[in-house]
Amino acid sequence: MQNKLKSEEIALRIRRRVFEHCIKNNGAYLSQACSSAEQLAWLYNEALNIGDSTMPSIPENFSGVPSIDNKNYKTGAGYNGPISNEYDRFIFAPAHYALVAYATLIEVGRMDPAGLSMFNKDGSSVEIIGAEHSPGMEMHNGTLGIGLSTAAGIAYGRKLNKETGETCVFMSDGELQEGQIWEALQVSVYYKLDNLWAIVDVNEQQVDGAMSDVLDIGDVQKKINAFGAKCIEIDGHDIDAMRQAKKEKHKDQPLIILARTCPYKGMNYLKKRFPRLHYVRFKSEEERSKMNLEISKELGIEPIEY
Amino acid sequence: MIEIVNKPYSYTFKNYASKNDKILCLSGDLTSSCEVDQFRDEFPNQFVSMGMAEQNMMSFAGGLSMSGYIPFIHTFGVFTYRRPYDQLLASIAYPRRKIRIMGFLPGITTPAGMTHQAIEDISVMRTIPNMTVIETGDATEVESICEQANNVDGPVYCRILRGSVPRLFDTPLKIGDIRVLNSGTDILLITSGICTEEALRARSVLIDAGISILHLHVHTLKPFNEEKILDLLTNVKLGVITMENHLVNGGLGTLIAEIISKHGLSKKLMKLGLNDTFAHGGSKQYLTKYYGFDAYALIKSIEKFIGQALNIEEKDLEKVRIENVHSLSKAEAL
Repeated sequence: MQNKLKSEEIALRIRRRVFEHCIKNNGAYLSQACSSAEQLAWLYNEALNIGDSTMPSIPENFSGVPSIDNKNYKTGAGYNGPISNEYDRFIFAPAHYALVAYATLIEVGRMDPAGLSMFNKDGSSVEIIGAEHSPGMEMHNGTLGIGLSTAAGIAYGRKLNKETGETCVFMSDGELQEGQIWEALQVSVYYKLDNLWAIVDVNEQQVDGAMSDVLDIGDVQKKINAFGAKCIEIDGHDIDAMRQAKKEKHKDQPLIILARTCPYKGMNYLKKRFPRLHYVRFKSEEERSKMNLEISKELGIEPIEY
Repeated sequence: MIEIVNKPYSYTFKNYASKNDKILCLSGDLTSSCEVDQFRDEFPNQFVSMGMAEQNMMSFAGGLSMSGYIPFIHTFGVFTYRRPYDQLLASIAYPRRKIRIMGFLPGITTPAGMTHQAIEDISVMRTIPNMTVIETGDATEVESICEQANNVDGPVYCRILRGSVPRLFDTPLKIGDIRVLNSGTDILLITSGICTEEALRARSVLIDAGISILHLHVHTLKPFNEEKILDLLTNVKLGVITMENHLVNGGLGTLIAEIISKHGLSKKLMKLGLNDTFAHGGSKQYLTKYYGFDAYALIKSIEKFIGQALNIEEKDLEKVRIENVHSLSKAEAL
């Protein structure tokens, strides 16, 4: 599904929408929009072969967790189109990027902007940490590290089914610290899952700060290649580079694209807070209004009214 | 003699899974230890070797389920919840994936010690929402486990007995049922897993000593047939004794305690099993004796329970053991 807008334009709109939300709600996972906007814009606008959303454009309220008595339970996967042989399956791994995911769904026409007003409201499915029932999600990835294994299982099953669609995971680099990621790589390589690919937002950030200060994990590309996957490193703000990377041949291997990004890309004013960027909240009204003025200017919009 | 069945899981799984190509046999590097090596050799296309990587195995199984397959996970019980607990919840239990977890070496049925002995698996599994929990107690139950587990609309954890397994019952396991093995009025004796065989050994001696025992065998720990137990509980005179191959906290005994308190019943309860302790490596006979949940320990506990010496010695039990076991096929006839 090709949107009329260019992916670059969608990326800018994602940043604007997340920023607006952050100012209005006195905080947000803002830096994640800076780092991942191009990747998510590109995935939904170009890279993923997915059908139209099967879900209401304004998300339904939370309708209970899965249980034997809850017959109406639905995940948020339908926002990524129907599940079928030829379509890609998309797993959104870093659940705390949920706000950026919702903003993306809005900018590519899969969700109504009004859906975002339900964000983090009691009784809403548009949760702050993406749940299975949140738009665009199909599983709980709030526990980081399970996304790639799950996608590998899906990809294995799809190979057995001789399905043509691929399975894609959007990941963040912090979760590479989890041992399970490396277990998943071992298995994906051993079973030659070349219908599996991932793009990793390498913003080098985690909750406590810069990964280099918390637990440096060294040369990730070298490690992943040593595990036997095809690993390519690109500038994560260069959409052309993404297009090229996706074209790389990876017969009998999963493809992992490391998208090196800047956690304050497009909002340079945020650099002042570096490396405390995991969740941006304001300590004072002064800070909030100053950031509003400065970043609005960078994003080419009027200051947000709040 | 009691019939001893060799590797009932091996042929049961093979017969069942080979008829449904949506079933995948996952193994965490314990393929022959979980008696699925023959299946692997004969049906390699339905076998997925997951190596020693349980966290991945749980989430990978979730993914297989999301693409239309039914994973049967094979490893030791301990390895299905201790290390990959987070994955068990997020990838299997929460989304109610139809994944069948076959946990081998329940409780102290392994000489490999603490790291291999699943002694708190039932307490863990039964508190997880959406999870069904089954424990097999003989060869017949092992023979029915694949079909019964696969009928469950959601995830299932099964305690599986391997190797030489006695046949105690002549009717298949049916989820939700409770087996009544003997009727009586004084003591309600509730056992599960390998403890049922131990209890059967002690029972005839106890009956000879004048104790009237209502004996139940429980295989479905969740969902538990509360109604049936409640009915039987109410009518028993002296109280209830549970015996399980598990910690006495969180498993069968606790389950019964919950029912007693929920309904405000005034019944004494004695729980036999591992009493808030880890175990060490040894044979099943040695460990059940050492930790106080073999046939003789049951008799001594009943003496304490009723405050009366029964003058039964361990050697008396040895004498009746074979005869008693010999008559077990009639155990269910009531």
